[in-house]
Amino acid sequence: MLDNSEGYVAEDGRKIGGVVMEMKNITLRFGGVVAIKDISFDIREGEIRAIIGPNGAGKSSMLNVISGFYVPQEGEVWFHGSKRPPMRPFEVAQQGIARTFQNIALFEGMSVLDNVMTGRLGFMKTNILQQALWKGKAEAEETENREAVEKIIDFLEIQHIRKTPVSRLPYGLKKRVELARALAAEPKLLLLDEPMAGMNVEEKEDMSRFILDVNDEFGTTIALIEHDMGVVMDLSDRVVVMDYGKKIGDGTPDEVRNNQEVIDAYLGVSHD
Amino acid sequence: MGRRERLAQTQSGAGGMQSLPALLHRNVTQFGDAPAYREKEFGIWQCWSWAETAKEIRAIALGFLEIGVEKGDHIAVIGRNRPAHYWSMVAAQMVGAIPVPLYQDAVAEEMTYVMEHCGAKYVVCGDQEQVDKVIEIQEKVHQIKHILYTDKRGMRKYDHSQMNALEDIMAEGSAGHARFDAELDKRIAEITYDDTCVMLYTSGTTGKPKGVVLSNRNVIESAKNSADFDHLTRNEDILSYLPMAWVGDFIFSIGQAYWCGFCVNCPESADTMMTDLREIGPTYFFAPPRVFETQLTNVMIRMEDAGKLKQRMFHHFMAHAKKVGGLLLDGKPVGFGDKLKYALGNLLVYGPLKDTLGYGRFRVGYTAGEAIGPEIFDFYRSLGINLKQLYGQTEATVFITVQPDGEVRADTVGVPAPDVELKIDDSGEIHYRSPGVFVEYYNNPDSTASTKDAEGWVATGDAGFIEESSGHLRIIDRAKDVGKMADGSMFAPKYVENKLKFYPDILEVVLFGNGKDRCVAFINIDLTAVGNWAERNNVAYASYQELAGHPRVLETIRGHVEAVNKSVAADEMLSGCQVHRFVVLHKELDADDGEMTRTRKVRRGFVEEKFHDIIAALYDGSGQVSTTTEVTYEDGRKGSISATLEIVDAPVVPVVQHKVAAE
Repeated sequence: MLDNSEGYVAEDGRKIGGVVMEMKNITLRFGGVVAIKDISFDIREGEIRAIIGPNGAGKSSMLNVISGFYVPQEGEVWFHGSKRPPMRPFEVAQQGIARTFQNIALFEGMSVLDNVMTGRLGFMKTNILQQALWKGKAEAEETENREAVEKIIDFLEIQHIRKTPVSRLPYGLKKRVELARALAAEPKLLLLDEPMAGMNVEEKEDMSRFILDVNDEFGTTIALIEHDMGVVMDLSDRVVVMDYGKKIGDGTPDEVRNNQEVIDAYLGVSHD
Repeated sequence: MGRRERLAQTQSGAGGMQSLPALLHRNVTQFGDAPAYREKEFGIWQCWSWAETAKEIRAIALGFLEIGVEKGDHIAVIGRNRPAHYWSMVAAQMVGAIPVPLYQDAVAEEMTYVMEHCGAKYVVCGDQEQVDKVIEIQEKVHQIKHILYTDKRGMRKYDHSQMNALEDIMAEGSAGHARFDAELDKRIAEITYDDTCVMLYTSGTTGKPKGVVLSNRNVIESAKNSADFDHLTRNEDILSYLPMAWVGDFIFSIGQAYWCGFCVNCPESADTMMTDLREIGPTYFFAPPRVFETQLTNVMIRMEDAGKLKQRMFHHFMAHAKKVGGLLLDGKPVGFGDKLKYALGNLLVYGPLKDTLGYGRFRVGYTAGEAIGPEIFDFYRSLGINLKQLYGQTEATVFITVQPDGEVRADTVGVPAPDVELKIDDSGEIHYRSPGVFVEYYNNPDSTASTKDAEGWVATGDAGFIEESSGHLRIIDRAKDVGKMADGSMFAPKYVENKLKFYPDILEVVLFGNGKDRCVAFINIDLTAVGNWAERNNVAYASYQELAGHPRVLETIRGHVEAVNKSVAADEMLSGCQVHRFVVLHKELDADDGEMTRTRKVRRGFVEEKFHDIIAALYDGSGQVSTTTEVTYEDGRKGSISATLEIVDAPVVPVVQHKVAAE
């Protein structure tokens, strides 16, 4: 296992820092079904880390373990050098982890702006009464947070739908709004669950660019699940490959691409 | 003309307003605190006064000196309408360089020619996308010394040895101002009235783009004359959203804005234009017919979704507006009862509608570039919106003819603009001479000589005539597009195409028939209008292609063609141009595929060649045609789409006497 202080230099020259999160021998079971079997890997500061694998490989379960939504039966999750106890989702958010969902989970009836504003909840200190009266502190606080949200809206180029209810948006834009909401929380670690699923080529390209820009501009560490291999290989610095709950590969996109086990898992193997 | 010159002298005062930097200085001295630019950013309208603007522009100019811009260098500007891009152009003039705004949606391949032709050593890019394009161009064009960009996003990893953020060179220039101040002031003082103000590339429906050189005289005289004509003041607000590379934007957003001292408002992004329009409520507005068409289509679609009461109220008062609105706007006499009813309508319908459209403060505005449908034109005018038409060209610094208040009609383009002389030659081609006539085509003396004669008359390439009763100019078509049918009668495609395009369902039409015995047409449906119709009528479709080929859509279009044929048949001169057969194309004609210019004019010859198989099928009587078309995606990659298109026969009105009419 790599030393914590040690980093590496990514292909494009970015410096990747020490380990932010480490999964140690994670096993997750649902009754008799073993979703994840003894998996260990780490996520380093500033890197784009992908988890890939065929359908049912346990990718989403893995992401849910990282986000703290599932507590594994065996193994440990280390975050910023200390072992993470089981926690509730809002405590995970407070630790600086934000995520998007495979099946978009936005407030459909609310505008894009309001949806993104919900990402700022962790930064709001005033209580509901103060906010209802909207005087003094509450007003100043909203202005401050609105400014942060507007910067994200500008960053993700969704100004034109600022006031549009989310329910009226096409799929690709909803995904972008979800990313905006996650970014609004100013996460240190951003988890993306199939950010490109169901998108056309152009939308995929846009989304890839945004992911790279987020990483570049804010230095956000990103862990993403995706089954579009092409996208993953272009985007990520290191890739974990899962199949049937097991880790079958871990390394740079090139290493993974040439890994026989990975090739077999993706292309199938003849049983003769 | 003598009176006008005196007026100009008194207005310009001692020293003369002979350049944009001089006008900027005047504006700062006379009303430095007035707003000069607004841009919506982070959801808020940010504002710069003339004094602040002058500081920004000076900083950019100092930055240009810092990176070594010489007099006579060309500086290309590629980006959307943003204050920083307008400032860069004025700053370029300050240091004696020549700004060359380029179409930001052009693909690298197209841009390469223009870049090479103007020899730009410096490029101001809006964002990473444009920088990437310029880097791609640099593989072929090697004169580019320095790239500047306004939006820093995603730019950190680039090699910055010959690249900088605009704000960084502004900071550096300002920091080193002691070194550059004297040089900058010297260069500003050296600018003369006949120095080049800007170079604009005409997109050209044929051949390579040409660099039109406009002098300070061209720009300032044109701005002054047109501002006088419409009594523009420094209290106007305009929304700048049209391509910066287009001469109109240069004249409205820079020429007239500096001459009058009014405020230029830049939208947040191209997609927010309609919202921004509503928020700003411009007093002076310019748009191609397409914008007005889209807005009207949207209004009609939304009215169909409105409640019964609202619908009835809308239609009732719109009928009344149609009757008297235009007359009221022209200052013609209208009965008292009608006036009262119009006032009520204004309270209930017209006023709120204008507010929604962003035309609540609309004082005067123009549409040009293409013919506008009479119904669309009348719709806006009947609401009390003073929308007018003008006829212009890049080579004329926009203005050739304009419609004076009170003499506005849908079918003419008005009387000669101030100081413009007009003549029609024997072949029917329109020629003009004015202070706005361009200096030359850059590095292209042959084209200059064939367009502009020794006395300064410029051939427009358009055929038209002056209506005797009113003195207004009417345009028939591009002179080179006007042809003859096999039987000798006149072929003027634009005339028929426009009639068809006035239907909201139809976006674009290309008519063929030159030298043939009958006419056939390509038609593009309007996805917004037809898509809405499909939704309403439970017509399911998965793609543009499927909708375009839907039998019920074809039936509707056939109905439109039939109606147009009837109206064309009524015109003695052009009755031969009825559409016998047509096809609804499986793709939209697109500038990325070279089928249109960046200003969305059809490249007839190109389209004819590209779709020759379809044209052949239209003439040989077959009922269907299978075709494969190459398309270019936004990122420049190419693909192809295949389709089998139905060819539709349209009913025509038999014309027996048209041969006689032609002779």
